[in-house]
Amino acid sequence: MIRLQGVTKEYIVGTQHVRALAGVDLEIGSGEFLSIMGPSGSGKSTLMNIIGCLDRPTEGTYTLGGVDVNRLGDSQLAVLRNRHLGFVFQSFNLLPRISAIDQVALPLVYRGATNRRKVAARALDLVGLADRMHHKPTQLSGGQQQRVAIARALVSRPAIILADEPTGALDTKTSIDIMEVFRSLNAELGITIAFVTHEREVADYTNRIVALRDGAIVSDEPHAPIYRAEPVAEPATP
Amino acid sequence: MTLTDILFTALNALRSNLLRTLLTMLGIVIGIAAVITLTAASEGAQQGVGDQISGLGSNLLFIRPGAVEEGGIEIPGTGPSLFLEDSRAIEAAEFEYVDSIAAQGTVGGPGDFITAQAIYLGQNRSTLMLATEPAYQFVRDFYVERGRFLVEEDLTKKALVTVLGADVADELFGTEDPIGKSIRIFAGAGGFGVGFNFTVVGVMERKGASANTDQDDVMIVPMPTFQARVTFIRDARGRTNVDQINIKLNDRGSAAQAKEEIGGMLQALHAVEEPDFRIQSQSDILDTATQVERSLQVLVVSIALISLVVGGIGIMNIMLVSVTERTREIGIRKAIGAKRLDILWQFLVESLVVTTLGGLLGVIGGVGATEFAERFNIGGENAYAVTPLWILVGLIVAAITGLVAGVYPAWRASRLDPIEALRHE
Repeated sequence: MIRLQGVTKEYIVGTQHVRALAGVDLEIGSGEFLSIMGPSGSGKSTLMNIIGCLDRPTEGTYTLGGVDVNRLGDSQLAVLRNRHLGFVFQSFNLLPRISAIDQVALPLVYRGATNRRKVAARALDLVGLADRMHHKPTQLSGGQQQRVAIARALVSRPAIILADEPTGALDTKTSIDIMEVFRSLNAELGITIAFVTHEREVADYTNRIVALRDGAIVSDEPHAPIYRAEPVAEPATP
Repeated sequence: MTLTDILFTALNALRSNLLRTLLTMLGIVIGIAAVITLTAASEGAQQGVGDQISGLGSNLLFIRPGAVEEGGIEIPGTGPSLFLEDSRAIEAAEFEYVDSIAAQGTVGGPGDFITAQAIYLGQNRSTLMLATEPAYQFVRDFYVERGRFLVEEDLTKKALVTVLGADVADELFGTEDPIGKSIRIFAGAGGFGVGFNFTVVGVMERKGASANTDQDDVMIVPMPTFQARVTFIRDARGRTNVDQINIKLNDRGSAAQAKEEIGGMLQALHAVEEPDFRIQSQSDILDTATQVERSLQVLVVSIALISLVVGGIGIMNIMLVSVTERTREIGIRKAIGAKRLDILWQFLVESLVVTTLGGLLGVIGGVGATEFAERFNIGGENAYAVTPLWILVGLIVAAITGLVAGVYPAWRASRLDPIEALRHE
């Protein structure tokens, strides 16, 4: 479904050429639950931007669902992001002063879809926020804000959700909850999810770990997920 | 994205920063209110002048003394070069197109350093003393309502009689009947002058005030009485001065022909090579006044437009700040599928909403201000005329201001790189 072949990316910073990606070949199939790991400067953010159609490769080809992304114009890329890609960020990136349901409906607004609120409400229900639909970001906890962001990413039923350090701003307990949300979306709805992270704990959840260093893939191996879900604390029954 | 969505997004953004929105809008509100109010005032003045000039009576010629020139600037009404004898001569020539003639002289009134006062039992009013002849009524289409107007006998006897304007009669006499009462008329400057007792013989009909003169604020006296008692203006040849000769024309000749022939006759009479008097027809005066009003209107509208430009710059500034502040929001919107055009429209519509709402409020404010001024009689009766044309112009200009002020910030927003924008703190 996603196929990158010989993808390179170069930036010019001042007078220097910086090679962020040095020939990446990567295939991601439908329904995968993988993580792209690497330290800072390894090129994982650049890779995510290219997969997310926010950026174009300098060289190489990228096909998404059979479409050669390099040939698309800006507004066609916008359509692609709108329909086939979902983003979840470390800092949630919700719009201020807009209620949860309107945040989630936003991709549908740009698509010009009808019955957006109904679809948005269903997505919020999937992430367990059915009772917080009309709350604004400031009225929600970090974990709840990230759930809103996840609902927004999945509302248009994308081919892949790209999650960039999605637990980076959350405490351990909330991180585990969020990873559980992702896992159940993958397991129950078959949504492809790729994490971009430098945290082992996040990568441990996934079925495949792609390791990146200096702009190249150094390892790409299946992984047996380790579930760290702590049992939900039930109130002690006397 | 549908138009409704764009509008909703814009309104939401504006509402979330309400104080800033209102302050930004204020520039446009004031600008448009200024356009509406100032154009209403100038339209009102224009209509007022038009009414006033046609109110002088139809088809009139006015002859005034020639002007003294000082440094190239003519001072109208100066120079003792128009005489009661001229008036008599024109009358005697019996031009077939002359309906009636009345010479007039004045003391007091606006701009005259000599004041004329009417005094009755401690009531005192500064007013315009107008000396004229019986034909004045017909020439100026301004008739006596109670009592009688001046008659020939008043002139021959140099009688101490006066006909009061409605305002003067009201102030001096109230509900009392003025006819037959004796009032004191004092003319002079700074306590020096002459005073005589006049008998009130009539009260004029009410004409109403227009923008800058009040025809009801007058007392009319016989011309010879005025010349004998009040001013002593005779030239070396014994001719008596008048301020103006009013001639009413009938339809047996054109105003141009009348100007030509009467002018020629006066020139010969005065034995001068260049006319030492001016003849103006009513339409000449109307033209001049209209021209003056037009240039006034241009001035007024340009001032108002400058305030709109200032308001527009304010909006542009705020929009640029807003784009910078919301860089991250723009990045998020782009990441979830907003096209450049979507972002462009979002900011452009925001700017348009500010100015259009501002324009509407400005129209309401401007109309309100003229209503207020009208109600409290600021600037006289019918001093304002709000015209639909200027309301439309105001709204269109407001919308254009929004478009012009918003297009650059919106374009900048739409060109932002989504990756950079998402990284923006």
